[in-house]
Amino acid sequence: MAELMLAAKDRPVEGKKFPAPAGAKRTRTFKIYRWDPDVGGNPRIDSYEVDLDACGPMVLDALIKIKNEVDSTLTFRRSCREGVCGSCAMNIDGTNDLACTKYIADVKGVVKIYPLPHMAVVKDLVPDLTQIWAQYALIEPWLKSDTAAPARERPQSPEERAKLDGLWECILCFCCSTSCPSYWWNGDRYLGPAVLLQAYRWIADSRDEATGDRLDNLEDPFRLYRCHTIMNCTKTCPKGLNPAKAIGEIKKLMVERR
Amino acid sequence: MASHPRPVSPHLEIYRPQLTSVTSILHRITGGFLSVGILPLVYWLIAAASGPDAFNQAQALAGSIVGRIFLFLWTGAFFYHLLNGIRHLAWDAGWGYELPAVYRTGWTVLIGTVVLTILAWVLGYWARGNV
Repeated sequence: MAELMLAAKDRPVEGKKFPAPAGAKRTRTFKIYRWDPDVGGNPRIDSYEVDLDACGPMVLDALIKIKNEVDSTLTFRRSCREGVCGSCAMNIDGTNDLACTKYIADVKGVVKIYPLPHMAVVKDLVPDLTQIWAQYALIEPWLKSDTAAPARERPQSPEERAKLDGLWECILCFCCSTSCPSYWWNGDRYLGPAVLLQAYRWIADSRDEATGDRLDNLEDPFRLYRCHTIMNCTKTCPKGLNPAKAIGEIKKLMVERR
Repeated sequence: MASHPRPVSPHLEIYRPQLTSVTSILHRITGGFLSVGILPLVYWLIAAASGPDAFNQAQALAGSIVGRIFLFLWTGAFFYHLLNGIRHLAWDAGWGYELPAVYRTGWTVLIGTVVLTILAWVLGYWARGNV
C-alpha cells in the first residue's frame, strides 16, 4: 500500500528567516526546502526576502542571487539557464518546472520551492536520481538493428522522421515522472512518464528493428500499466511535450500486436 | 563520511490540485462509492422479492432523508463515472490527449455530471407526481 503521507521525520519544519536588505522596495518572499545530510533531522523551510529590483526575472536568478549574496549553503542543480539541460527541475508554486524558464512574475505571492516530489533528497533541492536513471537504462535507449550497417547513414523519410517530433525534444528533467501520483506510489516498479516517453521514442523510430523486444520489455502490470492517464505529466512538462500520449501509443501497440 | 538517511521530498500535500489529477481521483472515489452502493441495491431487490412488508420497509428507508442523500450522491457518482469512463475509453483509443482537449473534456464531464444528476432527479420527482 502506498504511503500517502510523509513520515514524521520527513515533515518540514519552519526554518530560518532572511529579511530583505534595507531600502529594498519591491521584495518577494521565497520559501525554500532545506535539508543537510551532515546535520540530519527534519527538513526546514527557510524564508528569503529577495529584492526583485536587483534580481533577474527567473526563479533560477533568485536562487543564484540567494546563494551568492545571502546563504551560500543553499544547494541546487543548474547548468544551462535556458531550458535545455533539465538540471534545475524542481517543484515551484505547487507544480514541477525548470527554475530557469519559470518567471518569478508568474507566481502569485510567496514563491514556494521544493525538490522534485517523492524523491530521496540528497541535499536541499537536489533529488537522488539513481533509480530513475536505472529505469532509463532498462529501456535500452539506443538504436538496435539486426541488418548490416549500410555504407553510409541509415536513411529515414521526412514522414518517418516526423514521427519522432515531440519525443526527441525531451531533456530528461523528470518533471513529469515526479508529478505523477502513480509514480509516487509505485516508482520502484512503474517506469513513469519520462522513461516511457523515451521507450516510445525508440519504438517509433523507423530505423530501430527491436520494436517487438521493446514491447515485450514493457508488457508488465507495473512497468507500463500503472499509467492511469492522470495527465499530470503532460500538464507539467516544461518543454510542452505529451508523455501521456506516448504512453497511450505504447498501450495501443500492445493491443494491436495481439 | 557518515551521512543521515535521506528524507522523501514532500509530494501529495504540496502538489497543486488541478483538473487532471482531480478528475482522476474522482474517478476512483466514485468507482469505490458505486461498489458500496451495490449493497443497498441488493438489499432493495431482496426486499422486493421477500414480500410487501419487507419492500415497504426498504422503500421507507430509501425515501428517508438519509436514504435520499445517499441516492443523490450515488446517482451523481454514477453519472460522473459513466462520463469520465467514456473519456477514458477515448484516451485508450488514442483520442483527446492534447491539453486543451483534456481540459475541455474534463469540464464537460464535471458539468455534465451536475446537469444529468439534477435532470434525473427532476424527472424522477416529476414522474412520481404524475403516476
